[in-house]
Amino acid sequence: MVAERLLLLGGHVVDPAAGLDQTADVLVAGGQVAAVGSGLDRGGAEVVDCDGLVVCPGFVDLHVHLREPGREDAETIESGSRAAALGGFTAVCPMPNTDPVADNAGVVEMVAARGREVGLVDVFPVGAVTLGQRGVELAELGAMARSAAAVDCFSDDGRPIPTARLLRLALEYARAFGAVIADHAEDASLTDGAQMHEGEVSAMLGLRGWPAAAEEMVVARDLLLAELTGGRLHLCHLSSGGSVELVRAAKARGVRVTAEAAPHHFTLTDEAARGFDPVFKVNPPLREKADVEAVRQGLADGTLDAVATDHAPHAREDKEVEWAAAPPGMLGLETALGLVLTELVEPGWLSLAQAVERLTAGPARCRRLPGHGGPLEAGTPANLTAFDPAARWTVDRAALASRARNTPYHGRELRGRVVHVLLRGAFTVRDGRAAR
Amino acid sequence: MNKHLLSAGDLTAADITRVLDTAAHLASVTDRAIKKVPTLRGRTVCNLFFEDSTRTRISFELAAKRLSADVINFSAKGSSVAKGESLKDTAVTLEAMGVDAIVVRHGASGAPWQLARWVDAVVINAGDGTHEHPTQALLDLYTMRQHFPRFGGLRVAIVGDVLHSRVARSNVLALTTMGAEVTLVAPPTLLPARVDAWPVAVSYDLDAVLPKQDVVMMLRVQLERQQAGFFPSLREYARLYGLDAVRLAAMAPHAIVMHPGPMNRGVEIAAEVADSIERSVIASQVSNGISVRMAMLYLLLGGPPVPGLDDGPVQAAEPAGEVVRGG
Repeated sequence: MVAERLLLLGGHVVDPAAGLDQTADVLVAGGQVAAVGSGLDRGGAEVVDCDGLVVCPGFVDLHVHLREPGREDAETIESGSRAAALGGFTAVCPMPNTDPVADNAGVVEMVAARGREVGLVDVFPVGAVTLGQRGVELAELGAMARSAAAVDCFSDDGRPIPTARLLRLALEYARAFGAVIADHAEDASLTDGAQMHEGEVSAMLGLRGWPAAAEEMVVARDLLLAELTGGRLHLCHLSSGGSVELVRAAKARGVRVTAEAAPHHFTLTDEAARGFDPVFKVNPPLREKADVEAVRQGLADGTLDAVATDHAPHAREDKEVEWAAAPPGMLGLETALGLVLTELVEPGWLSLAQAVERLTAGPARCRRLPGHGGPLEAGTPANLTAFDPAARWTVDRAALASRARNTPYHGRELRGRVVHVLLRGAFTVRDGRAAR
Repeated sequence: MNKHLLSAGDLTAADITRVLDTAAHLASVTDRAIKKVPTLRGRTVCNLFFEDSTRTRISFELAAKRLSADVINFSAKGSSVAKGESLKDTAVTLEAMGVDAIVVRHGASGAPWQLARWVDAVVINAGDGTHEHPTQALLDLYTMRQHFPRFGGLRVAIVGDVLHSRVARSNVLALTTMGAEVTLVAPPTLLPARVDAWPVAVSYDLDAVLPKQDVVMMLRVQLERQQAGFFPSLREYARLYGLDAVRLAAMAPHAIVMHPGPMNRGVEIAAEVADSIERSVIASQVSNGISVRMAMLYLLLGGPPVPGLDDGPVQAAEPAGEVVRGG
């Protein structure tokens, strides 16, 4: 599969980690970047014409659900890896809410090993912070960190660390391994039974609301504890303007925090819940226009380091139910680039280089992901994505590589399509098609 | 008018007037010796009830039977998950059996919207979760129109657990469409988020509001709301927001008292108020419910003309009492 030498010719190279944003060729040899520049010695390399394409480091997704082990009917590491590759990703971080929960070395090693076996993206599992994600006692973070999976990020995913004391201990303990604690910010006492964002729409729809304050108060708590402990905190899928503001202020005073935003939180609002189609049910919920704009602004000014999809496949029968009975979550891997370009770059919130940064170097600096996010320097693994920023396409849920179909963007026209993806110099996607 | 009746907000003022006029005509069927017309003969109406509501189900059943429709009752208590069969499978099954209309009551807000996506049959929302109950609002408006000549400027107070009330939401939508002036009265914990954006007035003080109203609609308050901490005790709730004889005396002499039932006597409404022959129209609400539901079935299922119905405009019933303040 690995061509000995490959020349990506004449693309617009955007490599934020190297500060590069210009037309250049990229020479790949032996699975590594050999050189970036112009007039490179072809030396028998296979030439891939990249005229009109953006060539950049492979995208990194800090937050996905691959559902394996446990819900292989919704997604597998293989189908999710394929969806990721087609979305331009070369690295994904699956969350630990599997069955069994990834709260021990055995499960994280199995996920990482299966990821390697599939070989379409690098899979960096996230371990659970607490046993069974129950929020009571710490899981063996050390065992997971020292395992073959070398986990350096822990999260209880959809569940917040319930008490300040437990989060404090986790942030402190994780320092021993240089690991990050990623928290889902939600005050559960304010969101019991909540179905959507609390606001005008929830009031009219008679659905119990999830107020933005329930996220913001936990964000505030978490930031104070990161400050107290000096631990590394990452905040998952921030959805409210208030959260963005709290992180902005914390970063300004030097708190060690990174944060991510999901495409649906800069694209959709709670208005989407009218009609009660559970494909729009997600946690944290779709909020209001002002929140959408605050998330966009947060991504623009770097308050939010990364776009992370929170790709959450669900079996059809699980979503074709009453709104209140449906699990939250929506697909994201195959539409991320299109939404970033259509919703953030086209309207002028982010430059193309900034957008690429939030998909590459931004997420890569939130945890240790060797070989991902750039810079594209000689000797680094050739994890590369080439996309056509002008191509327009219409999302068709039936055509997705994911096993699940719960995309909220079916029928939506997006700009930007992934053309080629290389993982260590081997095509995982070529001409828009998965290598396998 | 839309194909389905899902939300009272889907109805225009003309739609509502048409429903009420049709109901007024069909009410005469109820006064006949043989309370039946052949209008929907050969059509099948299914009452699909995922929640117990004997009164609403019986009301729809009588309405359909008086129009000569075949009626089947499908009681599927509990959520789809608990029951083991999904709402979708139930819908597809009913569709395959060729029902023409599905009257659905469900504990989950929005369930009728799901249903309407899966079936060709007409879907009538008979109450979904804490969302809407449009036929209740229509029968309430019908009852109000029996007492007041027009909705423009009519002052209606809706008192109680607005947050969890499907009756309140549908009434607010229908009443404001018709130009009524609605005031919601409740403790702040039982009002929806951002209620200030609704086209209504809001008060926490029942005594300040009562004397100005033409209609006072009391909502059922459930014990579980107290248990969930929305207010400290039923006693305090009754003291602040219950309609008792003293408060009844403070209302305008022409004003009427409504309640969608079932009532918690002694909590939101005192027995002597509920049973007041002069002021309470609660029993008429129940009988009007049948006429209004007949009208909805007739209009949505599009039966042949009912003799006399399409001959000309139907007059609104005369107001029963003196109207002090009109529109």
